[in-house]
Amino acid sequence: MSGPFRLAEGGTRLDRGRPIGFSLDGKRFTGFAGDTLASALLASGVRLVGRSFKRHRPRGLLTAGPEEPNALLRVERGPGRVDPNSRATLVELVPGLAASTQNAWPSVRFDAGAIFDRFAGHLAAGFYYKTFFRPGWAWHRLFEPAIRRVAGLGRAPEAPDPDRYLHRHVHCDLLIVGGGPAGLRAARRAARAGARVILADERPAPGGGLADTGTAGPRIAGETAAAWLAGLVAELDRAGEVVRLDRTTAQALHPSGYALLLERVSDHLREPDPRLPRERLWKVRPRAVLLATGAIERPLLFPDNDRPGILLAGAARAFLARQAVLPGRDLVVAAFDDSAYAAALELARAGARVHAIVDPRPEPGWAARTAAEAGLRVLAGWAPVGSEGGPGLRAVRLAPLDAKGRPEARGERTIPCDALLVSGGWTPAVQLWAQAGGAVAWDEAAAAFLPTRGPSWLAVAGAAAGARTLGEALAQADRAVDRLLAGLGFTPEAEPLPPIEEPEPARALPPWATPELWRRDPKATFVDFQNDVSVADLEGAVREGFSAPEHAKRWTTAGMATDQGKTAQPTALALLAASSVRPLEELAPTTMRPPWTPTSFGALAGVHRSDLFRPIRTTPLHGWAAAKGAIFEDVGHWKRPTAFPRPGESLEAAVARECRAVRTGVGLLDASTLGAFDVQGEDAASFLERIWTIDVADLPVGRCRYGLVLKDDGTVLDDGVVCRLAPNRFLLSTTTGGAARLHAWLERWAQTEWPELEVWITPVTEGRAVIAVQGPQSRLLLRRAVSGVDLSAKAFPHMAWREGWIGGVPVRIFRVSFTGELGFELHVPASRAEEVVETLERLAPDLEPTPYGIEAMHLLRLEKGYILVGHETDGTITPRDLGLERLLSSKKDFVGKRSLELPEHRSADRPRLVGLLPVDPTALPSVGGQLVERAEPGTPSLGRVSSAGRSPTLGRTIALGLVRADRARPGTRLLVYAADRPAIEVELCSPCFLDPEGARLRG
Amino acid sequence: MLEIPCPWCGPRAEVEFACGGESGPPRPADPGSLDDAAWTAWLWNRTNRKGPHVETWWHQAGCGRWFLLARDTSDDRVLASWPIGATPPPLPEEGA
Ligand SMILES: [Zn+2]
Repeated sequence: MSGPFRLAEGGTRLDRGRPIGFSLDGKRFTGFAGDTLASALLASGVRLVGRSFKRHRPRGLLTAGPEEPNALLRVERGPGRVDPNSRATLVELVPGLAASTQNAWPSVRFDAGAIFDRFAGHLAAGFYYKTFFRPGWAWHRLFEPAIRRVAGLGRAPEAPDPDRYLHRHVHCDLLIVGGGPAGLRAARRAARAGARVILADERPAPGGGLADTGTAGPRIAGETAAAWLAGLVAELDRAGEVVRLDRTTAQALHPSGYALLLERVSDHLREPDPRLPRERLWKVRPRAVLLATGAIERPLLFPDNDRPGILLAGAARAFLARQAVLPGRDLVVAAFDDSAYAAALELARAGARVHAIVDPRPEPGWAARTAAEAGLRVLAGWAPVGSEGGPGLRAVRLAPLDAKGRPEARGERTIPCDALLVSGGWTPAVQLWAQAGGAVAWDEAAAAFLPTRGPSWLAVAGAAAGARTLGEALAQADRAVDRLLAGLGFTPEAEPLPPIEEPEPARALPPWATPELWRRDPKATFVDFQNDVSVADLEGAVREGFSAPEHAKRWTTAGMATDQGKTAQPTALALLAASSVRPLEELAPTTMRPPWTPTSFGALAGVHRSDLFRPIRTTPLHGWAAAKGAIFEDVGHWKRPTAFPRPGESLEAAVARECRAVRTGVGLLDASTLGAFDVQGEDAASFLERIWTIDVADLPVGRCRYGLVLKDDGTVLDDGVVCRLAPNRFLLSTTTGGAARLHAWLERWAQTEWPELEVWITPVTEGRAVIAVQGPQSRLLLRRAVSGVDLSAKAFPHMAWREGWIGGVPVRIFRVSFTGELGFELHVPASRAEEVVETLERLAPDLEPTPYGIEAMHLLRLEKGYILVGHETDGTITPRDLGLERLLSSKKDFVGKRSLELPEHRSADRPRLVGLLPVDPTALPSVGGQLVERAEPGTPSLGRVSSAGRSPTLGRTIALGLVRADRARPGTRLLVYAADRPAIEVELCSPCFLDPEGARLRG
Repeated sequence: MLEIPCPWCGPRAEVEFACGGESGPPRPADPGSLDDAAWTAWLWNRTNRKGPHVETWWHQAGCGRWFLLARDTSDDRVLASWPIGATPPPLPEEGA
């Protein structure tokens, strides 16, 4: 037995040989393979599937598809396999599936939050904006936490997702979205013409709404709909160039034609092959796209139209056709559209008792007459005016309408029933059309926004284009696909449309066309079910002046829930128009954003997670550093040693020891991550002359010069050392973090602005390793290791470079220093780096060369007041702000020079780099802390702290900061203010704290 | 995501490229000879028009070339691309 509402036979998707156990809120149920969670719950008689977002009203299934606003469940398929906010209508049943209701405490039947419904008046739209506007503290400490506890949709899973997700990049001639009759016929036509086709359909099986029609459906070329569809699908599956994807949702269609398709690969499988991904994201670049996305049925507007048991007629028809489930035993049907009559007929034939069909349209059409002839009671000129029951529907109140559409209280009748089927007509699904840049316009006859002009590569056909019959849909499909194929150079053969037996439907009455129904109790008449937006909320928006659709959407949140208002539009827009007395065609509908349905983060991330989330770059000396006990940190994509703590040594102690080693002995730093560029060519010197702030043309071969690179607005982009290797060859040594940016910058100027210069720029960072050998004993160390170079101070001055050998390894030695000590950088081939560093250690055990990390490096440069791009600069800082005027050549133009003359860059309120000495030498100012005169609210900031640290050499804390130039006098005392910390008093001084004469450097 | 026709590599996904912004007039040969207004106008002012619009792109994860690309800013359509220094193909007028 799989539930009291399951029929003994039927169900196109059902496999009755495979019963499946599942649970809802811990209670066990049984369904069959081919059930969705929604159909299995319906079959078991479960009506209540959730509580509404704001007012906690009980809600049941409204639809059978992706547009479902109410049945959002948390679904677990095992440890870590948890999806909140799953639409029960899309979740296919598999063994062991455990679902739970959301947004209800302690349970969905006894929900404490339902008290909010009593205060509906206070929870009207705009409630958040108005009530919590001030005071600020009350919002953060009181209201928001309280509201978050009871509101909110779902709970995020806590365990890592154990599933795999893949991305696939494909090109095709034609992408067809929607596997209904229009999409299938267009796909076959395109395939016969020789086009490469991808047909994506959201459902588990093709056929669209036509597959859900039963005995009351059309006959095509003498066949049943099912037989005709089967023939089409079989031919497509034989065609070689067609990729037909089931369970595949077009989540986005971009204006460039780029489409994202989400394929659900294995969730529905009983025992999935472990090699299969859970989902596959298809990134498709089609040459043309046909949208055959169908239409979405509209609920009706009347008081308490949201009671569980009230569902769309088309959904009831689909549950019957697919899974042989009745929505109830005793039905009432509200047919504002003819399609509801077919649903009533099929359900009656299946054994449900249809007590009445009410139809507000005074003139019954063909469908109404057919139903009456079949013995059903049709009440023409009647409408539903209310519903009764506890959480579940027990009765419907019906009333005849007078000539003005007003319900007549005298004639009102209450009919007991357990399900009410409603249909307010159909809304073409034009969301992807609009997203891709297609225009829509209001069509009064269709009572819908229909596609008009769009990109030439895009077409739309079928119910999405407003077709009301199958014949019309197929004719549109042929026309649309023929136009697209002609554009691609394919010539489809003529093919007659099949003869179709189907009635001409009468014009539907849209839900907003019955104001006497929705004005009866506007607060209890819902438009957007998921966000609990009522008619009263929309009327209120107009009263508040938010009558433009974009404003009303944000004020009321209509259309802003996870379903993006699929069942609420264009009803919400029509109510806005009615409330503000404007014609509907003047209101532009808001454009739905991707994705069409909520998408897992896993699918979007694909394989880019954990170690593959982003590249990890390690230097040639990574293994050496790891063996020395380095702890690493991320600098850009690089792994760099923070420090080399010994066993039992704290990080701070290790950094202090490393600093002392460099100041008194010799230290070794892996500087391989520094950006390196080899610049060659006849015009290399004049190119660098234009980019660097210093003079380059007169730099002798064998020498180096430190300078800055500016943007043309005068701000510092990067800094670095220019080394002349040969008359027409330079090596640039730049910052680690700026290397990629500088590469783009150099190429940009060389290629776009000065293409006449003969210059080639080659990034060579990865080709070599850099070992910084720093400290007073560095020369002593190198003397033991290096051959072929005179290392004496006289022969090898500061800012020079030489070529020599260490063992059998060629090495370029640069006498440069970022520590303020005598120091060298050794550039060696990447493959020989470990060999070189081990040679240095082996030859000088007595000198104890000490590996140091970037923490020590930062402290050593801070003691010297050397700037670090990204700390002392932030994209607004000029060389003058840094006190680096000496690096600005007066002999030539360079990028950024002209802007330095602008009055804005010379004004007294520009920042100036200063040293900061805390009055309490143990207090450490916070980097980013504001420099102020008084720690009082309203005190203007005079600058900020850019770097700070505890100097082991000086035995005190020191910092650098940027302070308004007119306040940057040495000796001035200011306070460092950082939120939630005590203010620290600092005294301004020169930014260089150690050896300002540079004696150590030149030793 | 756009599909960008690199003049050297053919159509490739946008993730391989970096956009260098609107292609402005050439950098003045002698910036020192311009007054502040003329210099800042060159530095900052762009047309930022709605419609066909020429911008510089860098095929960063490809051939490494900078090139010019015409794109309609109203609908994101890529109209044409060409190498630096080449004659641009004829472009549609605004709103065409
Ligand atoms: Zn390229």
